[in-house]
Amino acid sequence: MTTTISTRGPGVHTDRRRVLRIGPVSGVVRTRQLLVPLITLVALVLVSAASLGRGDYPIGLTDVLRTLVGIGDPTQQFIVTELRAPRIVVGVLVGLALGISGALIQTFARNPLASPDTLGINAGASAAAVAVIVLGGSSSSAGQLLGGLGLPVAALAGGLLTALLIFGLAWRKGVDGYRLILVGVGLSSVGLAGVDWLLTRSDITDAAAATVWLTGSLNARTWDQAWPLGIALAVLVPVALAMSRQLGVLQFGEDTARALGIRVGAAQAVVVLVAVSLAAVSVAAAGPVGFVALVVPQVAVRLAGGSRPPLLASALLGALLVVGADLLARTVLPVALPVGIVTAVIGAPYLLWLLVRGRRAIT
Amino acid sequence: MTATLTKPLLDETGAPRVRLAAEQVRLAYGENVVVDSLDLALTDGSFTAIVGPNGCGKSTLLRALGRLLRPSSGQVVLDGKPIAKTPTREVAKVLGMLPQTPVAPEGLTVADLVARGRHPHQSWLRQWSRDDEDVVAEALRWTDMAELADRPVDALSGGQRQRAWISMALAQGTDLLLLDEPTTYLDLSHQIDVLELVERLHTERGRTVAVVLHDLNLAARYARRLVAMKDGVLVASGTPAEVLTEELLAEVFDLEARVIPDPVSGTPMVVPVRRLR
Repeated sequence: MTTTISTRGPGVHTDRRRVLRIGPVSGVVRTRQLLVPLITLVALVLVSAASLGRGDYPIGLTDVLRTLVGIGDPTQQFIVTELRAPRIVVGVLVGLALGISGALIQTFARNPLASPDTLGINAGASAAAVAVIVLGGSSSSAGQLLGGLGLPVAALAGGLLTALLIFGLAWRKGVDGYRLILVGVGLSSVGLAGVDWLLTRSDITDAAAATVWLTGSLNARTWDQAWPLGIALAVLVPVALAMSRQLGVLQFGEDTARALGIRVGAAQAVVVLVAVSLAAVSVAAAGPVGFVALVVPQVAVRLAGGSRPPLLASALLGALLVVGADLLARTVLPVALPVGIVTAVIGAPYLLWLLVRGRRAIT
Repeated sequence: MTATLTKPLLDETGAPRVRLAAEQVRLAYGENVVVDSLDLALTDGSFTAIVGPNGCGKSTLLRALGRLLRPSSGQVVLDGKPIAKTPTREVAKVLGMLPQTPVAPEGLTVADLVARGRHPHQSWLRQWSRDDEDVVAEALRWTDMAELADRPVDALSGGQRQRAWISMALAQGTDLLLLDEPTTYLDLSHQIDVLELVERLHTERGRTVAVVLHDLNLAARYARRLVAMKDGVLVASGTPAEVLTEELLAEVFDLEARVIPDPVSGTPMVVPVRRLR
């Protein structure tokens, strides 16, 4: 530990802060933490608009706008509002959910390796969903029950159940970040083993359907997936944002947080419940879209600065990554790949580049 | 000058008012009982050092006083009220606590760390009032951290880092401050630096301070009262001269030692001879 270290290297930011006070309301506004979400939002709108127009049947931007206000020709109207819009809306919502979920879990666990992917929540949801796909067609009573449940509900239940198990096993008068991750990694492999076992027992068409679902896909999403996801996010995202202040203190560890007047157990429970629910509803809507929750918060903290993944920037960057990856998958690439493959292919090298460039060691 | 002066310093009998007290506390980690039926009272404006060999339960006791550990029986009383029944946020406005070697998240600046000390005074709407700003600026100046305010805490030296945490505790604006081994891992001159800062908190800012310390000579020099513990039992309590005797060192630390007056401060100074047994 030396006394003098230049702190203004790339990757570390001492942010310019402005104070905002209106009547009894006061807060600190940090330029970069405001700029990054704003720019991301603009990019997200542009990419979404492009995505509405591109596809097997290209539609110009003006025609896209006309259909959105309801004055396009009927064919275009159908393609934009019934085929492409729900797909993009689901993509945006899944990205928002995964970005926030990852940011919450990484802050809470004080570990950048923590995410719904590594904690096994995705694996649990996957196992349940694949069970529905594989066993749902069978005539056994278990199959009937699972088939009747429907894939999204099964995925949701699987994800939440896994989360309960993780916390049951990791809880020792509070949750330690490392223990949480180890338990999660353990349960994750159990879930993935279950998926493999189901796949080997299934017939070839079920296995193919399950495999596409397992990589995370926005294909054939309709408003039926978009609405429940939207409603869930309308509840969960405000709660997450309201927890922001507590998160900044929870990050110091349990003792210091308690000394600063936080009810640690309750705050942890809310953070985890929101994070897990966000991950589970997104998996229910689009399958386990890999890497978003793991990578996006780390990208966000490097772009926006600060000591922890910023929630708003993580959410919007998550949405941008998913929608952008979907656009690429549908247009540039010769084969239409599921979005989950592309998010990993874009997200991972970008994080690696930020890691090589910056001086931040981990979080 | 500080909030302490607006409250009565003495109780009806003329004795200093008790601010924080452990009453018959039994402290345990699971089945392992560390402290049993211990009583300790910290009076207003006191500066107490808790000393004792490793594993004697001194940090455990401090954690209980700071309501980080709930006694399995007995209670901790803050300003006459059971601390367990007071909302933790209200406690945090009166009682500050620095755990042993706290860790700041990477990338957090000194200014942000100190600002977190205002948490108990803030709300969702009122996130950064003029009061918060003034108190934090004052705390940074007072601890000589203003120059380093924009530095990430993880880029500071050990001594500066401890100053930053003390600055946060100061910004919290509590009358009472509990410090768990604030000099751990510091070289001697930084130990002195930190303890002088704590002493100034006590004398200039009127804080009631309790600190767990390993170094007996420093404890005797800075604290007004020493509390010696062994095996979870409070063995002696009083002024440094009353507590740091050759007999006590033999009993509590298994140490044969001479005790001579510190040539600088006149407080007792321990010169170890050898370990007994």
